[in-house]
Amino acid sequence: MTRAIVALIARDLRLAGRVGGSGALSLVFFLMIVALVPFALGPDLNLLSRIGPAILWLAAVLSTLIGLDRLFQADEEDGSLELMSAAPVPLEGVVLAKVTAHWLTTGLPLALASPLFGLLVALDGTAMGATALTLLAGTPALSFIGAVGAALTASIRRGGLILAVLVLPLMIPSLIFGVSAAQAATGGTVPFLVPLAVLAALTLIAAVVGTLAAAAALRWPE
Amino acid sequence: MRLSVDNLACRRSGRRIFSGLAFALGPGDALAVTGRNGAGKSSLLAILSGRLRPDAGRIDVDEVGEASLPECLHAVGHRDGLKSSLTAGENLLFAQKLLGAPRLSPRDALEQLSLGHAHDLPVGYLSAGQRRRVALARLLVCERPLWLLDEPTAALDTASQTLLAGLMAAHRAGGGLVIAATHQALGLDGAAELRIEASAAPEPEPMEDWA
Repeated sequence: MTRAIVALIARDLRLAGRVGGSGALSLVFFLMIVALVPFALGPDLNLLSRIGPAILWLAAVLSTLIGLDRLFQADEEDGSLELMSAAPVPLEGVVLAKVTAHWLTTGLPLALASPLFGLLVALDGTAMGATALTLLAGTPALSFIGAVGAALTASIRRGGLILAVLVLPLMIPSLIFGVSAAQAATGGTVPFLVPLAVLAALTLIAAVVGTLAAAAALRWPE
Repeated sequence: MRLSVDNLACRRSGRRIFSGLAFALGPGDALAVTGRNGAGKSSLLAILSGRLRPDAGRIDVDEVGEASLPECLHAVGHRDGLKSSLTAGENLLFAQKLLGAPRLSPRDALEQLSLGHAHDLPVGYLSAGQRRRVALARLLVCERPLWLLDEPTAALDTASQTLLAGLMAAHRAGGGLVIAATHQALGLDGAAELRIEASAAPEPEPMEDWA
C-alpha cells in the first residue's frame, strides 16, 4: 500500500514537470499577482508593508487554484482513475497521494519563495519569516479543500470556474488566520502562536475531512 | 480463482439496462460478452471492476484469499489509462508499482507485444493501435487472475489480434480467467458466450424514481 502511494506521488510529480503539467506555473502566477500590487497602489512603502502578508496570502489562495481543476479530471478522462480503483489502496489513499503531490508542486514552492516575493511588498525580516511559516502551515489546507471541489467537478467539462466558486468560500478561515498570524508577528496584542495554532488545526481538519469527502465524491455513481 | 455471478441487474440514470444475468467461471475459463450497442456490456464490466454498483444480484469470488474482486483483475477498456507525456516504459512501471504482484519488466512486456522500440517514447507520440498495445502490455507487467477486456481488438491490426489471442490462451493455460466484451471473434477457444439481450422495451419510469 505504501509503495502504491509513493508510486502515485512520484508519477504526479513527474507529470507536473512534463509538457502540459502545471509545475512552475503556479509559482509564476504567484509572482505576477504579488508584482502587480505595488503598481496598483503606488510606492507607498508603509502601506505596502502593512498589507503585505494579506497580499501574499491572497496570491497564494489564487495560485492554489492553478492546476486544481485537472487534479482528478485528467485521470478521469484518460481512464487512469479506473486503473487506480483496481489498486490495493482505498480511494482515500489515492486522494491523499494526489493532494500531497499537488501541495509539493504548488503550496510548498510558494511558501519557500514567499520571503523573496515579500521584498516586492516591502516586508521586513520578521514579517517575511512569519508569512513564510504561516504559508507553510496553511497551504496544505488549501490543497485539501480544493481537492473536494476537484473531485466534485471531475466529470464536468470546463468545471474550473465552478470549482473556484465552490472552494474559495471554504478557504476563508485559513485566509483569516494565516493573515492574522503573520500580522501578529509584527506587532499587535495577540501573540503569534495563537492564530498559528488555529491555522495548523484548520489544516489538520481539512486533511481529514477533505480526503474523505473527495474520495466520497469520486465514488459517487455517475 | 472462481467467479460466480447470480441474478445481476444494472440500472443507470434510472433505466434498467439488464437484469437476471448469471454465469460462473473457473480457472482457465473464458467468457465472451456480446450484445447490440448499448446493451450493457461495458456496464457489466464496470460492475465487475467495482466502479458501478449493481441494482440487484450478487458476485462471489473464491480461491483468492483475502483479496477483493477489484484487486484480482486487470481492466483494459476504451480509455487506455495512459499518460501522454510519460513514456510507455514509465506508464507500465507506474502500473506495476501501483497494482503490485510484478511479473514481467515493462521492457519485456512491450517486447511481447512487439512494441519494444516504444519503451522510451512518450505515449502521446504513438498511434491509437500502439497505445492500445501499451495498455494491453499492462496485463503482463502484473500478475492478476482475471482479465476484463472491453473491445480489446479495437484499433488493433490483424497481427496484433493474433498476438492478443496468444496472450489470452497463455493466460488461460496458466489458470487465469478472461471476460471480454466484443463484437468480433477474439480467438477464445471454448469460451462461453453471454449474450445480453434487452429484456423488454424499457418501461418508462416515474420521475420520482430517477436517481
